[in-house]
Amino acid sequence: MTEPSRLSVQGALDGSLDISDIRMTSEALVRQSSVAQEHGNPQLAANFLLASELTTMSDEEVLDLYEVLRPHRATREELDSFATDLQTRGAERCATLVREAAGVYAKRGLVR
Amino acid sequence: MGDTAAKAPMRRFKVLDARPVNLDGFNVADPASGLVALSSPGDPAPSLIVRDGRIVELDGRAEEEFDTIDSFIAAHGIDLSVAESAMAMADVDLARMTVDISVPRQRVVELVGGTTPAKLARVVALLQPAELQLAMSKMRARRTPSIQAHVTNRLDDPLLLAADAASAVAYGFREVETTVPVLANAPSNAIAVLIGSQVGVPGAMAQCSIEEALELRLGLRGLTSYAETVSIYGTEQVFTDGDDTPWSKALLTAAYASRGLKMRVTSGAGSEVLMGAAEGCSMLYLESRCVSLARALGTQGVQNGGIDGAAIVASVPEGMKGLLAENLMVMLRDLESCAGNDTLVSESDIRRTAHTLPVLLGGADFIFSGYGSIPRYDNTFAISNFNADDLDDYLVLQRDWGVDGGLRTCTPEHLGRVRRRAAQAVQAVYRDLGLADYDDARVEAVVVANDSRDLPDGNPLAVQDAARVIEGQQLDVIDVVASLARTGFTEEADAIMALTQARLQGDQLQTSAIFDEQMRVLSKVTDPNDYTGPGTGYRPTPARKAEIDAIRQARTAAQLTADQDDHRDHIRLVPTGPAEVGRDPREVCVGLSPALGETVWLSLSGLPIGEVMRQIAAGIEEEGCVTRFIRIRSTIDVGMIGLSAARFSGSGVGIGLQGKGTALIHRRDLAPLANLELFSVAPQLTAGHYRALGSNAARHAKHTAPAPIFVAGTEEAITARYHARAVALVSLERTACQPQAGPLDIEVHRD
Repeated sequence: MTEPSRLSVQGALDGSLDISDIRMTSEALVRQSSVAQEHGNPQLAANFLLASELTTMSDEEVLDLYEVLRPHRATREELDSFATDLQTRGAERCATLVREAAGVYAKRGLVR
Repeated sequence: MGDTAAKAPMRRFKVLDARPVNLDGFNVADPASGLVALSSPGDPAPSLIVRDGRIVELDGRAEEEFDTIDSFIAAHGIDLSVAESAMAMADVDLARMTVDISVPRQRVVELVGGTTPAKLARVVALLQPAELQLAMSKMRARRTPSIQAHVTNRLDDPLLLAADAASAVAYGFREVETTVPVLANAPSNAIAVLIGSQVGVPGAMAQCSIEEALELRLGLRGLTSYAETVSIYGTEQVFTDGDDTPWSKALLTAAYASRGLKMRVTSGAGSEVLMGAAEGCSMLYLESRCVSLARALGTQGVQNGGIDGAAIVASVPEGMKGLLAENLMVMLRDLESCAGNDTLVSESDIRRTAHTLPVLLGGADFIFSGYGSIPRYDNTFAISNFNADDLDDYLVLQRDWGVDGGLRTCTPEHLGRVRRRAAQAVQAVYRDLGLADYDDARVEAVVVANDSRDLPDGNPLAVQDAARVIEGQQLDVIDVVASLARTGFTEEADAIMALTQARLQGDQLQTSAIFDEQMRVLSKVTDPNDYTGPGTGYRPTPARKAEIDAIRQARTAAQLTADQDDHRDHIRLVPTGPAEVGRDPREVCVGLSPALGETVWLSLSGLPIGEVMRQIAAGIEEEGCVTRFIRIRSTIDVGMIGLSAARFSGSGVGIGLQGKGTALIHRRDLAPLANLELFSVAPQLTAGHYRALGSNAARHAKHTAPAPIFVAGTEEAITARYHARAVALVSLERTACQPQAGPLDIEVHRD
């Protein structure tokens, strides 16, 4: 791990550092995904890959995605189109999650 | 039995009824409402049917009937490559593997990966308590156990929060969890605890447990490092009532990871019963569904073991065992176990300790998912099972059993230093960022406070205002680091920056990860549990063992006898020559032990030995007899001292007296152990008792009837209180003992 760096605290002091500089990277999560997979937890590995897709989204987009997946928030069609959007943006795992949810929600009465 | 006997109140039941345990509620098991611990007629029989690589039946339910939880587990939670063989195994064979030290942990984990919720619940229900503990030692993911603290107060006072967070890490807590009574205060609490948790030692992770969207927002700004209040439930009804689904939780799980935040889910039996939606299933089965779901979601860990529902689980037969079994299921699914113990499970100290002890002894990734490091009054979660006033008990328990519960002793001086530093840091940052202006008097009050009632009245709106500014300006961890650096709190700025940078590597997202005090990540990956039986697995290092052993109450023999010198030479016992057998029939000889008046000057009851001797002599003389003191040098045994004194006594009756105050009356014709009267419990003896002992010895000498001496009973743990000191005094006697030396006549000088 990186040692506490004076430069970084200095960066905070002089304003050259901001919160976007300490964002988790997609690469780090992909790397952690491999580690989880090697250590026998494919579900954790899949979660890290899903997370790696979220690193490119803004906080608001992530919260919107969470919101849409909550019960009774969206119609089947809205969920499907959300999934398509995600797919288009290259967030394939997010798209799969939403698509899978859409199918189950429709069956279990959790769509709006 | 007559009627009168039946009408009289049974006094022992009056005592029993008043015991704290009888304030607890106990339910008759009621499977229909889910009030049953380990199994219910409503639990499904385990089953798994796979067709074309797809689960089409899970625990007796066909795919078309799957609820959301079944669907998610079926889609993501079960390892189909081992499912067939795992499900074909007898429950008892799988149960045995969990405790069989010849079966590697990894093998058990793999097989459990192929089990359904109903199967795993049945397997752990077969284990006896000692087996559950052994299985926890073997199956938990991380080798080194750790512990989490609750840090809250009723006022959300940021200085006190910081001071208490600093106290928590000084004691050794590696996760610090706060929450709020007033949601809007949350940003202030998060910053205060973030700062306080990095004072003294770096690397503890901090959490602000609140409504999920706001909690995530604070985490996104780097103000917290982990989350654990992402709740999941064992029935669809309760899940949906909680305004979530497994898919929304899966997204949330990934959202935390995407911002470098460690997270675990919270489940814990009892919640479904509480919400009246247990569907007739046992608490263990519903919890097993939660744990399966947790694994399926891709979270690294689970907080369970009852949690808010702990007392409900504990209200039914085998409920306590069920709580332990919940923890084990998490470990068996290869997830981080944050083992509960965070709710006061009983009014009875015996019962609440019995709840926690198995986890402490077996070991968990986190033995508590919230030890109340602050006093009960200030815990705004709920009172934890162990709290600030139990810290010494907990430290002693670690030492008693030689186990690492994650904590260490703190001196008042050290706590004072870190509390002041933390309060000053938050005072400085709040001033610097224009959040609030707390004066120095408040800092000092915080340093010494027990709880928030000890603080002076302040501006009741200060916290709310500070939180509003934090939110308004969207202050983040960079602002906090900059402010700490500007105000001279360099170490804390460095620590928070180091933690923030370390988080970017993502190693703390792996299963069971903590940062140790050198900022190294300990996790299933870097510090895997390697228990394979006696002599393996986690053992405290010699340095850590020394830390566990060195409780602040421990004393050396020298320390325990230091007060003896305060009374040195208050009398002088001058030998005048070898003792001869007395000829006066009125003479009662008092045999003094080797160290009495040499190195031992104070008896265990706090009487100086000069006073003990004066009272004995006065008692003898009141009966018209004569006292002669002799020093017995050859033995420290009070019976032999008394018998020797009797043999030198003109009357044939003697008294034996040890420096610690133990005394007896003996007669020369009796066997050594057959004394006439014995005061064995020295700490209870008063001057009056010694005087009466002298009188009775004289009456024996005169062949008149002795008077009964009443020593009242005590409820003190006499041996626990005094044996350490008694042993130290006996050691002084042994040092003074000269086995070959004969008795000496003694002249008493009182200057």
